[in-house]
Amino acid sequence: MILEAQDLRKRYGAYVALDGVSLAVREGEFVSIIGPNGAGKSTLINLLTGVLAPSEGRVRFKGRDIAGIGPVALTRLGMARSFQLVQIFPELTVLETLQAAAVSRLRRGARLFASLRGDRQVQSEALEVARLFGLADRAHSPARALPQGDKKLLDVASAFSLRPEIILLDEPTSGVSTADKHTVMEILVGAARRIGLKAIIQVEHDMDIVFGYSDRIIALHQGKVLADAAPAVIRADARVVDMVIGRRAPC
Amino acid sequence: MRTPLALATVGAALLVVPLLAPAYYVTLMLPFMAYGVVLLGFNLLFGYTGLVSFGHALFIGIGAYTGAVLTTKLGVRHMELILPAAALAAAIVAAPVGALCVRYVKIYFGMLTLAFGMVFYTFLLKFYRLTGGDEGMRMLRPYLFGSEWAGFNKTAYLVGPYYYFSLGVLALATLLMWRIVASPFGLCLKTIRDNPLKAESLGVSVPRYRWSAFMISAVYGAVGGALLAPPTGNVDPTLAYWTHSGNVVFMVLLGGFSSFFGPLLGAFAFIFLQDTVMSVFPYWRLIFGAILAFIVIFAPGGLMGLFARRRGPVEVSRE
Repeated sequence: MILEAQDLRKRYGAYVALDGVSLAVREGEFVSIIGPNGAGKSTLINLLTGVLAPSEGRVRFKGRDIAGIGPVALTRLGMARSFQLVQIFPELTVLETLQAAAVSRLRRGARLFASLRGDRQVQSEALEVARLFGLADRAHSPARALPQGDKKLLDVASAFSLRPEIILLDEPTSGVSTADKHTVMEILVGAARRIGLKAIIQVEHDMDIVFGYSDRIIALHQGKVLADAAPAVIRADARVVDMVIGRRAPC
Repeated sequence: MRTPLALATVGAALLVVPLLAPAYYVTLMLPFMAYGVVLLGFNLLFGYTGLVSFGHALFIGIGAYTGAVLTTKLGVRHMELILPAAALAAAIVAAPVGALCVRYVKIYFGMLTLAFGMVFYTFLLKFYRLTGGDEGMRMLRPYLFGSEWAGFNKTAYLVGPYYYFSLGVLALATLLMWRIVASPFGLCLKTIRDNPLKAESLGVSVPRYRWSAFMISAVYGAVGGALLAPPTGNVDPTLAYWTHSGNVVFMVLLGGFSSFFGPLLGAFAFIFLQDTVMSVFPYWRLIFGAILAFIVIFAPGGLMGLFARRRGPVEVSRE
């Protein structure tokens, strides 16, 4: 088990955002978390990534309790994330963005007088990820000048640049045109295979993407786990279809 | 290729200024070089890390007073010792002040730095026996390159050895800062400036880097402050006053904070503009206020932004 959450509860005053959620992610799995707005998906992601501390319960990553340890420490442990709303460095180029991730991974940020240009490992890692994500031809473009889909891709690519063991993707195809969604996912899955990622967790609303790529789906509703099963089982679960998906699941 | 050529030209021009220009203008170059060092550090915090300090005069004051105390009270006259001592004094103060201030951003960071600057200003003003109060302290002529330069009168000393010493310090400070901003550390600062949330998600420890940038900028501020004192021969509390911090912000905006050399150009333009305007118009701050308004509204990239427009627009956040 690479990531495990036990009986997670998160309260904001009287409001209970998550109510006793347990889940486990094994090596090699692609897990999707689905649920309507307000189901607690973002809270769950923030708890799993150590941004928030749970009111009750535990989150364990590689056997270590990570509740509230913060994103920097989690990154060091081998977990990365991308955000629902695109997060980029507007004034940095594509390559600089990926270099920043490589610098962080290789722990070279304290090098005050070293030349970034002269660091071959950082340069080659950044370029490799740019190629993996099809961003190499725009390597020197400022991130702010990229089309929206490429901004999303860069956001995800920078998380991959950390070479994590597990990655949590909050709506990886939001803001991407319908025609490009599968292309983005193919790039993402290919890159995951290439860098030897052990597990992917995604929060996603697009059911074509969810059912097309997941090994397992966790459906949340009103802060609780409604179902946790393989796509075929979820597809046949009338409660999930009615309460979460809202229509017949894609075949 | 254009940048090295321009730098070589500017460097050569700076070397021959004392030989060709009237002494009056050479002495005007001295505060330019001192502020140049201050602004290089200030812009690491402002332009590269995204934190605007309204209390940077605190460190200028620390540097200047360190020089005054060392030369008048402790008998240390060598500028080669005064500058490291100023840097050390600033670092000692900046370590706790920075640790507190970098926990806040935007206006809260600015106000906190302003508050610490005013605390130091009040200390300088009120602790008369230690600091000389509003009269300040003398700064004795420091020795340079191991020599007292006894045969030189004040003007000859300032436009000769002191000019070249200041130029050497500025060149070294520029070179070091150039390395810093082009380093992995510099890249991490830029990620924090652009998007701290994203930077943290990539494993960049935002408070630690902000604190480091604060420390470096404080050291630069103190070294610049120590360079500022010998030409006047006196240091006083106005060096640490908030309007002085305002001047530092003004100079960076004037030159352009999104460019490495913008702050240096800003320091140069400010010093010579101030001298020109003051000589013809007593209400020089009125003119400077209008210039500041013009820059913010019409040329947010500063003077460097105007020069760079030929190569493409400069985008500056209005947030």
